[in-house]
Amino acid sequence: MADQSIEPLLAKSAASGAQAIAAPVAVAVPKPRRPRRLGHLLEQEHILAGALLAPTLVILTLFIAYPFVLGIWLAVSDKVVGRPGNFVGLQNFWVNIHDTIFLRAFQNTFVYTFIATILKLALGMGAALLLNQHFRFKRIVRAGMLLPWIVPTVLSTLAWQSMFDATFSVFNWVLLNVGLISQRILWLGDGTMAMGCLILVNVWRGMPFFAITLLAGLQTVNPDLHEAAEIDGANAWQRYWRVTLPLIKPIMLVVVLFSMIATFADFQLIYVLTRGGPYSSTHVFGTYAYEIAMRAAKLGQGASISLFLFLLMVIVFQLWYIRRSD
Amino acid sequence: MAAPRYGSPIKRAATFYIPLTVMVGATLFPFYWMVITSVRPDVELYNVKANPFFTLHPTLDHFYYLFELTMFPRWAWNTLFIAVVSTGISLFCGLLAGYALARLQFRWAPSLGTVIFITYLVPPTLLFIPLGDVVKAFGIGDTPWAVILTYPTFLIPFCTWLLMGYFKTIPREIEDCARIDGASRIQAMVRISFPLAVPGILSAGIFAFTLSWNEFLYALVFLSSPQQKTIPIGVFTELVRGDVFYWGPLMAGALLGSIPVALVYSFFVEHYVTALTGAVKG
Repeated sequence: MADQSIEPLLAKSAASGAQAIAAPVAVAVPKPRRPRRLGHLLEQEHILAGALLAPTLVILTLFIAYPFVLGIWLAVSDKVVGRPGNFVGLQNFWVNIHDTIFLRAFQNTFVYTFIATILKLALGMGAALLLNQHFRFKRIVRAGMLLPWIVPTVLSTLAWQSMFDATFSVFNWVLLNVGLISQRILWLGDGTMAMGCLILVNVWRGMPFFAITLLAGLQTVNPDLHEAAEIDGANAWQRYWRVTLPLIKPIMLVVVLFSMIATFADFQLIYVLTRGGPYSSTHVFGTYAYEIAMRAAKLGQGASISLFLFLLMVIVFQLWYIRRSD
Repeated sequence: MAAPRYGSPIKRAATFYIPLTVMVGATLFPFYWMVITSVRPDVELYNVKANPFFTLHPTLDHFYYLFELTMFPRWAWNTLFIAVVSTGISLFCGLLAGYALARLQFRWAPSLGTVIFITYLVPPTLLFIPLGDVVKAFGIGDTPWAVILTYPTFLIPFCTWLLMGYFKTIPREIEDCARIDGASRIQAMVRISFPLAVPGILSAGIFAFTLSWNEFLYALVFLSSPQQKTIPIGVFTELVRGDVFYWGPLMAGALLGSIPVALVYSFFVEHYVTALTGAVKG
C-alpha cells in the first residue's frame, strides 16, 4: 500500500518542481482542494507532525519496538523451539558467563572490533590523504575505492574464502613459487590465523568508508591555515598533526563510532568465512547467538547473548557520548 | 588548494604513486579474482600447479551451470523486487518523518530524533528471533514480504536521519514565502520543500537500495525455499554443499550479484558519497 501511494506523491512533487522552476509565481495560486476541516487540522504543526510520523512509528513499533520487548522476554526465559518458555530470571546470563565458547566470543568481539577499527582508521586516513592530492583519474580512483563497500558482503567474502582455500589458496601459490614457504599455510585452520583473516577482510571491506568520509573532512580544511603554518616553519608532519587532525577530529570520531557499532554487531562476514570455526574459536556475539538460537534451537539462550551485546553497545555509546560532550 | 609542489619525481613516486597503486591493487584484486575464477575451467581450478592469475582456456561453463542448474535468475528477480519495494516504503516514511523532525515544532521532536537514532544500536541478531514470530503472525513467512517489511527497520532510521539533515540545509524562508502567498502548510511542504529535497531523496534511495540488495541475516532466516531466496542467500546456501565449494559457479554468482549494485552506484557516485558523508555529519 505504501509503495502505491508514494508514486503519485513523487510524480506530483516532481511535476510541481518543474512548474516552480518555469514560473515561480504560479506556485502560490492553486487553491486548497482538501476538505476544509482536515486542511484546517493539518495547519496545526503538532497534528501535521503526528500525521507525517505515523507510518514510520507504526513500522518501527511493529518491527523493532515489539520484537525488542519480546527479545528481552526471551532472554529471561528458557524458550526452545516448539515449546512455550518459562521465566527463569537471569539463568541464561549465568549459563553464558560459565560457557567457555561465550567467553571466547566475548574476547573475539573486542579483539575483532578494536584491531579492525584501528587498522581501518589508519589505512583510511592514509588513503584519504592520498586521494586529497591532485592527480589524473582522481574521480575514477575514488569511485573504484568504494567498491568493496558497495558490493554484497557475502559475495566478496566468498571471493576471499576462495583465496584462503586450504588447497588452492592463491596466497600459498605465490608464496610457494617465490620460495618463501615450503608447505601450504592453512589460513583458516587455527583460531588465531582465522581471526587474522577475518580482520583482514573486515579492514578491506570497511576501509573505503573511512577513506571517503575522512576525505570529505579533509576537503573542508582551509588551505590558508596550512600556508600560515608553513610560513611559521611547521613541517608537513607538524602541519598534519597540529592543523589538519584537530579540524577533522569531530568527523573522525563519528566515523569511528559508526564503524565500531557495525563491527561490534557484525554477523555475516564471520558467518560466511569461518562460521565461528575452527572448533568455535572465531565466534563473536552475533554468530554465537545465531548458532545457539538456530542450530541448537535454544531461542532464549540465543536472545540473552544478543541482549548482552546490545547492553555492551549502549555502554560503549554512552561512554563515547559523555567524552564527546566534555 | 595550495599550488602543488611535490619535489623530485622519485620522492613523488615513493610517497604517492607507489602507495596509491598498492592501495588500488589491494582494493580491486578480489574482484579480479571473481572474474578470473568464474572463467577458468574446472581442470585448472582444481589443479594445484596451475597459475591461478590467468587462463588460456576461458570458459562460460560456470555461467551455464548458474543459469541452467540453479535458480539464479529467479534469485536476481527476487533481490531486485525486494530492494525496490523496501526502498520505496522506507523513502516514503523517511521523507515524511525527516521533514517533520527537521521543520515542525512539537514537544517530542528532539527525543523522537534520539529514539530513531538509538534503533541503529539494536543488533539484528537480537531482533531476528522475535521478528520470526511477528512474520509468522502476519502469515508472510517465506514470502518476499517477510523481508520487504523487515528491511525498513534499518532503512527508515537511515533515510529519516539523512533527510532530516538535508531539510535542515534548505532555508525555511522559502517555505515562509509560499505561506505568505497563500499556500497551505501541506502545499508548502509538498510543492516547495519536497522538490528541493530531491537530491537528498536520491542519495538516501541509492544507499537504501544497496543496503537491501546486500542484506543477509533476515533473508537467511525468513526465506527458506530455493525459489524465494535472494542472490546473496542463494549463492551462499545453494552452491556450498557441506564442505564442497563449487568455486566456479560461486564466483560467477558473486560477480553477477555484484554487478547490478556496482552499476547503480557508478551512475550515482556523487549521490552515494553525499549519503555516506551526510550520514556521519548528521
